[in-house]
Amino acid sequence: MELDPLILSRIQFAFIVCFHAIFPVFTIGLASTIAGFETLHFKTGNPIWQKLSKFWIQVFAVVFGIGVVSGIVMSFQFGTNWSNFSYATANFLGPVLSYEVITAFFLEAAFLGVLLFGRDKVPQGVHLFAAIMVASGTFISSFWILSANSLMQTPEGLELINGMYYVTSWSDALFTPSFGYRFLHMALASFLTAAFVVAGVSAWFVIQKRELEANKKALSVALWFLLVLAPTQVIVGDFHGLNTLEHQPTKVAAMEGNWEKSTGVPLLLFAIPDQEAQTNHFEVKIPKLASYVLTHDWDGEVPGLKDVPEEERPNVFIVFWSFRIMVGLGLLMVIFAIWGLVLRPKGRIYKSTTFLNGLRLMSISPFIAVLAGWVVTEAGRAPWLIYGQMTHAQGLTPSLTGGMALFTLIGYIVVYTLVFSSGIYYLLKVFRGGLEKANAPHEMDEIERPSRPFSAAHVAIDGDA
Amino acid sequence: MEQQFDLTVIWAGIIGFGLMMYVLMDGFDLGQGILFPFAPDEKARDTMMNSIAPVWDGNETWLVLGGAGLLAAFPLVYSIFLPALYIGVFLLLSGLIFRGVAFEFRFKAKTSKYLWSWSFSVGSIVAAFAQGAVVGAYIQGFETEGFVYSGGALDWLTPFTVITGLGLVAGYSLLGSTWLIMKTEGALQDWAYKITPRLLAGLLTVFTIVCIYTPFIDANVKTRWFDNISVIWILPALTLYCSYIVLRSVKKRQDGMPFVASMGIFLFSYLGLLVSKWPYIVPPNFTIYDAASAYNSQLFLLLGFLFVIPIILTYTTWTYWVFRGKVKQGGYH
Repeated sequence: MELDPLILSRIQFAFIVCFHAIFPVFTIGLASTIAGFETLHFKTGNPIWQKLSKFWIQVFAVVFGIGVVSGIVMSFQFGTNWSNFSYATANFLGPVLSYEVITAFFLEAAFLGVLLFGRDKVPQGVHLFAAIMVASGTFISSFWILSANSLMQTPEGLELINGMYYVTSWSDALFTPSFGYRFLHMALASFLTAAFVVAGVSAWFVIQKRELEANKKALSVALWFLLVLAPTQVIVGDFHGLNTLEHQPTKVAAMEGNWEKSTGVPLLLFAIPDQEAQTNHFEVKIPKLASYVLTHDWDGEVPGLKDVPEEERPNVFIVFWSFRIMVGLGLLMVIFAIWGLVLRPKGRIYKSTTFLNGLRLMSISPFIAVLAGWVVTEAGRAPWLIYGQMTHAQGLTPSLTGGMALFTLIGYIVVYTLVFSSGIYYLLKVFRGGLEKANAPHEMDEIERPSRPFSAAHVAIDGDA
Repeated sequence: MEQQFDLTVIWAGIIGFGLMMYVLMDGFDLGQGILFPFAPDEKARDTMMNSIAPVWDGNETWLVLGGAGLLAAFPLVYSIFLPALYIGVFLLLSGLIFRGVAFEFRFKAKTSKYLWSWSFSVGSIVAAFAQGAVVGAYIQGFETEGFVYSGGALDWLTPFTVITGLGLVAGYSLLGSTWLIMKTEGALQDWAYKITPRLLAGLLTVFTIVCIYTPFIDANVKTRWFDNISVIWILPALTLYCSYIVLRSVKKRQDGMPFVASMGIFLFSYLGLLVSKWPYIVPPNFTIYDAASAYNSQLFLLLGFLFVIPIILTYTTWTYWVFRGKVKQGGYH
């Protein structure tokens, strides 16, 4: 079999970016959560909030640390596997990605150290300020990344001269038509991730009757947040979909599994899309619902995959099912949010073990939903790397062979498995240590070090938890 | 345009400065990893690690900043070097990841400590070798067609680049051993005094090979150095002088000077290399002007760099200041 460097590079990028994405999506939401706990502590003086904050700061530190490492690999992928793309877009992507790096370094140098290690060394107000700055900084970081991605989805403000894009308007290029929706959708996703993880971990502690007072408070706050966030995300997601319909109709056609442009299109609950035969098998559908969702009109027109030539269609099966996983989990999140409201009277949210165990399981749902969502938007853009302008094939590194790509794909999988399984194993140990360990004198006698995310956690990686 | 000329030179200066900072700073901490298996005992290894614990990741900041800046200011370098060095880049990144994670977890490990020690060491050696090979590949030049790399996957791996790779491994361990002379006492320091001259000899051997070989493969280099004997000959002279200082100060058992002089060796050989190749940034075909990005992109990012570089420098200086002096067993206190 001939090894195709294009497919292998796409798999490699997907692997690396998926692995990377789960860390920042968590840290962004968690930074705000910590800032929230610190604010509550500052305002009420109740030490419970500090207890919670101390624990979640340790979690934050470890996740942030892993995310930074996987991010370094990301930044080299563009050059190694997609050099034509990098070269063509460097005038825009270069500064934008660099600004992300600058934001991260500035944060780390100026505020992260104070947040992680400065609690007893600076006034409480300064510590709170650092927490808020770290939270804002994570958003500024994601601003740059999402701006770069949005440009690839809905390019604006650029001019192509001799194979290289030149920025004609920085504001147009930074704020392309899909940027606002994407940013809001991702911001909410980050908050949802943090809220579900806090809810799930607190639920687990409540089941075990550990630090009940603090963990009940955290669970309660997380559920209130979920009640607002989960339904809001559905609405924002809907608007994001409408924006995609306007700018990337083929992606929407793939999401809906709709081959022929038509009106009154049904919503497919289940189908096996068949790329070759250009049809679906085993459809289970609700009449006219897709038209209604997409156009807010029962007889609205929905674009079809056949509107574009075969070679300009994304892989329908992947996009179709990723979309269903994302939406399905989103609806499940809404159900849990409402369930939490129903159980709230008489404090049944702390007693129903079914609900608490459900929340434990739900703590991984936002990660799956986020990855599925990114697969929808990235795979759905295929074959385009820059929508309508440059394909994956055109952006690929010309000198790259299948063998080279396979070598590094396997290599990265091995390295990531070894390295990040240790990271995640360690994170689970920090979870197991709980609030008790985070608030106890340090078990590891470490030397004094400034501003190292990992040194904020004082749990041993081996031995008994 | 006159304006464009200015920014490109400024960016060349920034990237050149960042790279130098990286080599000097990450050099001595990669050096700890290279020396790790040869250290006298486990207690010495703990002390070695403690000596760089406060600063090592700040040192790598410069690599990331340089890489990002390169894409923005000299995209052609980014889009030719990375494909040409594809396998090497993978090795470099894997090495850096392994040693970084091993570094963090070794502090938190009890029974699995030896595993993290090995990861730290192997990762450091691989990363140092890959960086040295990159330097060699840069000297060799790249096969290009239009603005695209057209060579093979392993063109970068030649006897010459293996030598430069080993040379940098020796060089980084020299920085590492002289750092230990400066930062430690007792048996570990004695050991560092003992190995420093051998590491220096290794580095100088490679230095000599590179100096002799380079003019033969690059006519520009030959012209620059030999057609009119000029002031640039001061650079190799200073490199040799610094080597002499290293030896002399080791003999006198001074503890700061060997490190300073080792940095001098790196600085002057680096400047010598730049002078040889200037203004070629992707030899043999492209100069910094060919590789530069658009004026407004360079300007847009320059503002950010002018903001962040002083902050990083201040923060770095502060960190080194806080952790000045000898490292005691069990860390700085």
